[in-house]
Amino acid sequence: MNIDSIQNGVVIDHITAGCGMQLYDLLGLDKLDCSVAIIKNVHSRKMGKKDIIKIDADIPMDFDVIGYVDPGVTLDFIKDGKLIDKRTVDLPLTLTNVLRCKNPRCITSIEQELDHIFKLTDPEKKIYRCVYCETKANT
Amino acid sequence: MKSLINILDLSVEEIDELIAKANDIIANPDKYREACRYKKLATLFYEPSTRTRLSFEAAMLELGGSVLGFSEANSSSAAKGESVADTARTVSCYADIIAMRHPKEGAPLVAARSASIPVINAGDGGHNHPTQTLTDLLTIYREKGRFNNLTLGFCGDLKFGRTVHSLISAMSRYQGIKFVLISPHELKLPSYVKKDAIKEKGIPYVQTTDLEEVMPDLDILYMTRVQRERFFNEEDYLRLKDSYILDMPKLANAKADLSIMHPLPRVNEISTAVDDDPRACYFRQALNGKYIRMALILKLLEEAGR
Repeated sequence: MNIDSIQNGVVIDHITAGCGMQLYDLLGLDKLDCSVAIIKNVHSRKMGKKDIIKIDADIPMDFDVIGYVDPGVTLDFIKDGKLIDKRTVDLPLTLTNVLRCKNPRCITSIEQELDHIFKLTDPEKKIYRCVYCETKANT
Repeated sequence: MKSLINILDLSVEEIDELIAKANDIIANPDKYREACRYKKLATLFYEPSTRTRLSFEAAMLELGGSVLGFSEANSSSAAKGESVADTARTVSCYADIIAMRHPKEGAPLVAARSASIPVINAGDGGHNHPTQTLTDLLTIYREKGRFNNLTLGFCGDLKFGRTVHSLISAMSRYQGIKFVLISPHELKLPSYVKKDAIKEKGIPYVQTTDLEEVMPDLDILYMTRVQRERFFNEEDYLRLKDSYILDMPKLANAKADLSIMHPLPRVNEISTAVDDDPRACYFRQALNGKYIRMALILKLLEEAGR
């Protein structure tokens, strides 16, 4: 399968196979007018299988969302057809308005304006807890 | 701006400092009569409370300060839909320190993030109640003279009982502690509390449904009420509410220097016949609540430079 190279934009590479659609949704890529390609189950020497997302526009990236969904990914930033920057992402320490607290006893359940903020409390098990009520996020 | 939202916001050293200050207040009350002169405590209570609100108010009055606030959400702008953050910002204009109780978990944290004065969490739903924990710690210290080498029994609702979770977390920081967890299966200590505060610290513990069996081992017996307001289902509440009732026959094998604690209010889980036993210290505990809140108000106002 051939997908055209992009001229100006971002390639999100080394996505764990199966996580591509979740990233696409959480990054709100469905709202973009530019070309966006999701390539699933690409053969990878390192990972066996991987997903790739190519975005043909220079848009700001939410590294927290990417790190939360899949901390192993790499981002290649392309300008005029050339790789100008490459970076990896870690598991973010806090997530703001990425997850929703579902505890009906939490203050966020009655105050609509409040940000839903989750803190990383166990990096090994990737456990996030609501900063207000400490309820574990459903990941 | 330092606030007290969770008991874990305080280091062991800070807790020791508060206990020492409370003991000094008890020993030398005259020294503190004017300590908060011209200072105002705002008590923002969005749900009913007797001990906590009155002990905060009594604490501030005994320090020579004054008190303003509300004791139910309906008598505040919350009834008009005002957010906790806006209320906290507004009250910061009128008072020097806030004590807040709210039925929703995390509300005092929201207030602390918006207020320009210290906020004390006076209970947020079934979540945190740090001044109750400080009260319990002062009581343990005054009854036993130490925090180390104690066997603490917790009996009743260990699932929803926030005072139990906080006290277990606080006591797990001391040496030679053993926990005895007595509850019906449905009201067992949540596994995350057990894991974080007991198992990961290698603290010995026993889990049982039989109070009398473990009674002889206990230095402290912390009784709790099965709280109707924490149940979504009335049937479950009715089935579990009378699981443990402490009476004199059950104390037959208890140590002579056992300390019986209860955060109060009590319904029927401790027979009134126990009240006259010198081992019953729950009313002394309620009194300690005032002294530790005096110490806390002093500390937070001092740190805030007010």
